Amino acid sequence: METLLNDFSPGLFAVSTILLLALIALMVKFAWKPILNSLEERESGIENALAAAENARKEMQNLQADNQRLIKEARAERDALMKEARDISNNIISEAKEGAKEVTAVLIEKAQASIIQEKQAALAEIKKNVAELSIGIAETVIRKELSNKEDQLKLVEEILKDVTLN
Amino acid sequence: MKIAQKTIKFLTITAIALFTTASFAVNSDQKHDTENDGGRVNTKNEVDAYILHHIKDSHDFSLWSYTNDAGERKHVGFPLPIIIWTTEGLVTFMSSEFHHNDDGHVIVEKKGLKFAKIHSKIYELDQEATTVSFDADHHATNAHKVLDFSITKSVFGIILIGLLLLFWFSRLAKQYKTKQVPTGFARVLEPLVLYVRDEIARPNIGDKHYRRFTGYLLTVFFFIWVLNLAGLTPLGFNVTGQLAVTACLAIFTLIIYSASGTKGYWMHMLWMPGVPILIRPILAIIELAGALIIKPFSLLVRLFANISAGHIVVMSLIAIMFTLKESLGVVGATGLSFVLSFFILLIEVLVAFLQAYIFTMLSALFIGMAVDDHAEAH
Repeated sequence: METLLNDFSPGLFAVSTILLLALIALMVKFAWKPILNSLEERESGIENALAAAENARKEMQNLQADNQRLIKEARAERDALMKEARDISNNIISEAKEGAKEVTAVLIEKAQASIIQEKQAALAEIKKNVAELSIGIAETVIRKELSNKEDQLKLVEEILKDVTLN
Repeated sequence: MKIAQKTIKFLTITAIALFTTASFAVNSDQKHDTENDGGRVNTKNEVDAYILHHIKDSHDFSLWSYTNDAGERKHVGFPLPIIIWTTEGLVTFMSSEFHHNDDGHVIVEKKGLKFAKIHSKIYELDQEATTVSFDADHHATNAHKVLDFSITKSVFGIILIGLLLLFWFSRLAKQYKTKQVPTGFARVLEPLVLYVRDEIARPNIGDKHYRRFTGYLLTVFFFIWVLNLAGLTPLGFNVTGQLAVTACLAIFTLIIYSASGTKGYWMHMLWMPGVPILIRPILAIIELAGALIIKPFSLLVRLFANISAGHIVVMSLIAIMFTLKESLGVVGATGLSFVLSFFILLIEVLVAFLQAYIFTMLSALFIGMAVDDHAEAH
């Protein structure tokens, strides 16, 4: 203990105190402060970058989910639209068919009616023509054969026979 | 990885050692002592004296000495300035004026005062004395110690390592201005800084306060570690084995944790809540002694004792070469000494780191206890 105390040099203590204080001050100013600041900056930079990457990944996932949803919706809408269109077209077709049927029926009826009318008109005209023809014939016959009584009667009989046939 | 870092550091220091050695001037002095063998260290007593001399501070920087053909003792190294506060005020001269004498035989006269160097201490002789006289215990009777502010070997080491640390870490700091990841030697330093911050400062002080003390802890850690390692090189520094230096470091820690102690910390120390009133003063005495004496004392003695003991063991094992020469032969003694001192040096490299770590860790722990929010703890 005595040797230890004897070895203890107050001068060295004072000098090393001053030197160490200077060293600590200089190291803090020129080394530790910039080093620790840069290290912390770098660490926070890395942390931020990691967080940003994580966020980007999440956003990407959200976007993908959104896309999926949108695609699904679009597909459903398309299906609905197609179905509607098909229904509408079916309706139109069936309506058109029905309409056409009605129209044709009416047309056919009309045609039939007009055919009957025409037929009757034609018959009437034929009758008229026949009558005129008969009258003409009769006239000529009568003009020519009025001298012969027998022939006149015969002719009338014949004409009548024809007429009753009608 | 850790081994690689240490190797690099060790190599750096060795390289510096070799570089500085090359630039040393060789100065020769006649050895002015009574010994006849010219200062050789061969016997057990000489070895003991040499080791004890080594672990003390020294006023000149000597690397090795030898005896030339003419019988002169040559010392390789350089002198350091002596700055002392005497009865006549400040006196300065170079240590070379003592001619490597360490037993008080060489008297230097400055400003009308006489000075002698005895066991690495500068003594001022009394007015009428011309030579130092000793009593039976080899204490000087007609001289007294002076306040010694010399640039001793330890002070030189502190300045050298301080400049080295400043150079290394300011370069690391500069690198961050241009790039995110440092390159070269700075790349080795960065994980060490991170290690001190994340393994020592942050867990012991807590996330809230650690930022304020990290600068101090980093400086202390690298200061102790690099000086410990420098002590293992042939430069022969023993800075962290000087009581004055470790006391200085321990007192810094004491001042820091006392100054930054919270109200709760002092409250728990001086007037412990939750115990009977009569016991409180007794507890206060114990707590005060613990905080103001035992904690810094354990810090300063642990570092001093470990490093000094390391130096003594390594030097004793190297000295086997001389002390066991007769019983083992030259080859045997040299081989044994080499093998043993090699392994002890490896352990000392580990101890160098360990002591720096322990000092910094305990400092962080004490600071952490002082700044901790005590109200929450109970």
